[in-house]
Amino acid sequence: MPDVTRGTPEGGAADRTMIRLDALTKRYPGQSEAAVDALTLDIPAGHIVTFVGPSGCGKTTTMKLINRLIEPTSGRVHLDGRDVTEVPAPQLRRRIGYTIQQGGLFPHRTVADNIATVPRLLGWDRRRVGERVDELLHLVGLDPKTYRRRYPKQLSGGQQQRVGVARALGGDPQVMLMDEPFGAIDPLNREALQNEFLRIQAAVRKTIVFVTHDMDEAIKMGDRIAIFGDNGRVLQYDTPERILADPAEGFVTEFIGSGASVRRLSLTRLESVVLPDWPTVEETSDGETLRAAARGSDRDYLLVLGDGRRPVGWLPVTGEDRRPGERLPLLSPLGPRDSLFDALDHMLTVNASAAAVVDGDGRYRGVVEMDTLRELINTRAAGAPSSSDHLQEA
Amino acid sequence: MTFPEFFAENWTDVLDHTVAHAVLVLQSLGLAVLIGVPVSVLTYRTGAPRAAVLGVAGLLLTIPSYALFGLLITPLGLGSAPSVVALTLYALLPVVRNTIVGLRELDPAVIESAHAMGMGRMRVLVTIELPLAWPVLLTGLRVATQLLLGIAAIAAAVNGPGLGNLILDGLATAGTPFAVYLTIEGVAGIVLLAVLFDALYAIVNRFTTPGRLGA
Ligand SMILES: Nc1ncnc2c1ncn2[C@@H]1O[C@H](COP(=O)(O)OP(=O)(O)O)[C@@H](O)[C@H]1O
Ligand SMILES: [Mg+2]
Repeated sequence: MPDVTRGTPEGGAADRTMIRLDALTKRYPGQSEAAVDALTLDIPAGHIVTFVGPSGCGKTTTMKLINRLIEPTSGRVHLDGRDVTEVPAPQLRRRIGYTIQQGGLFPHRTVADNIATVPRLLGWDRRRVGERVDELLHLVGLDPKTYRRRYPKQLSGGQQQRVGVARALGGDPQVMLMDEPFGAIDPLNREALQNEFLRIQAAVRKTIVFVTHDMDEAIKMGDRIAIFGDNGRVLQYDTPERILADPAEGFVTEFIGSGASVRRLSLTRLESVVLPDWPTVEETSDGETLRAAARGSDRDYLLVLGDGRRPVGWLPVTGEDRRPGERLPLLSPLGPRDSLFDALDHMLTVNASAAAVVDGDGRYRGVVEMDTLRELINTRAAGAPSSSDHLQEA
Repeated sequence: MTFPEFFAENWTDVLDHTVAHAVLVLQSLGLAVLIGVPVSVLTYRTGAPRAAVLGVAGLLLTIPSYALFGLLITPLGLGSAPSVVALTLYALLPVVRNTIVGLRELDPAVIESAHAMGMGRMRVLVTIELPLAWPVLLTGLRVATQLLLGIAAIAAAVNGPGLGNLILDGLATAGTPFAVYLTIEGVAGIVLLAVLFDALYAIVNRFTTPGRLGA
């Protein structure tokens, strides 16, 4: 299956390895089994690698071994080619952003002071720290004027998580470790945070290790996914596309679950898909033009475009004589960053058989149809590796 | 001679003793903090040392105060020294216990984050752990203060300073009307100090732990 939707270079030859785990083992005192057992893994620079697996499989332990919150029983961690034990742990950690599910914000410090933590440790002057704080607040979508002076308790869970991300980015680290960062957020806000984080990552291009126990999140966030089994063993490490298309035996198949063919839809963004054209009419067209357009097409609906070619409604075409009927409102078209899965979700929600798609500026681009998605699901579920039979990926 | 007449004559004495009493308590409290907080910080993480420290501090509090003051005369002589030392020992339990509880109650995720940001151990302690444990520590100080204000009256028995001297004089003149007056002055001084200190703690608490740490 072509790997064009995420910008993950095939083969990875061009990717510098940022984090190298080398036979990393951690045995906690008094435990018979190792929490992480001889884990070897290369994490490429500038990408998100998601660690996914059941609770207790050693994901958190692996993260803490990277920034030395815990020391390994044996094995090594290399960061950008150098052994992490070469520098004192506090210095190392200032170069590695860290966010956790519980947030861990300092409750006695303002949002600004929280975010300024690492810049101050790095000895930046006051002005630079202040500018950095504002820049990061903007980046995570919080207005500095409103939020700079607040305390963590005065923020919602989602806002706290944003501040957590901003704080982790404080010292402009090359590497971010994110341990179930959105795990405590309700599903709606979680999705918004995920999207926002992907937007941020597109701008900052950090090397990110992102832990989750949710396969959907792993697929959505990861350029690569490492699927953990027990004792921190990695069962499969590959791009989401290849894991879904060809899951390793047994556990991985089970963990991915039965919805894999539907899930694969979430890998394709609408911006990378060539959409079939659809009969459209201008909002301002007179009756004669509408009738002509209706007769000129074989569809049950015409798409109505308003100012700046924005889709504003559907015009049903009824009867033998193909008469245009009452216009139906079109509330929210799909955008370029939405996936085919979002399109399916949207259509099921509004009970429609087609959805309008717009470009980044909100202009009409095309229409995606339920039938197309259905065929896509069926062919992919049947194991056909092709994705270009029905919708051609750009 | 009525009480007001009596008080009009010796109020400067009463004032001196009250100030001395307050100073004695504050000195002891200061010492207890200087000893108790570092000991707590060093032991709160590990079970056995922590239990030992809390045990010893608890045991000190069970020694009858007369006995403790008396025992200290041998090494320290009479006067302020045995008084300060005895009161310091009594203050240790509330200070140590509350410091340990305050530090142990902290959200582990916050402390872990502090380390993960690259703060050193000392910095985490001074800028994160102690400020966050402060409200609980302050409660310990408040309890210790109330405790010491009462016990400090016994300092007079070893020639120490404070309002105990008025009470002791009262005992020495038992049977005369002055005995009652002196005792009343001594007790009233202690109660007044207790009220003042409590108000002071309320103010300190208010200004050092604003709403941000509340629920
Ligand atoms: N501090 C610790 N002491 C002892 N055992 C631990 C400790 N932390 C984690 N473990 C154990 O190590 C294993 C892996 O834990 P963890 O890395 O937290 O898993 P995950 O993050 O994947 O849920 C679990 O069996 C857990 O009980
Ligand atoms: Mg975990």
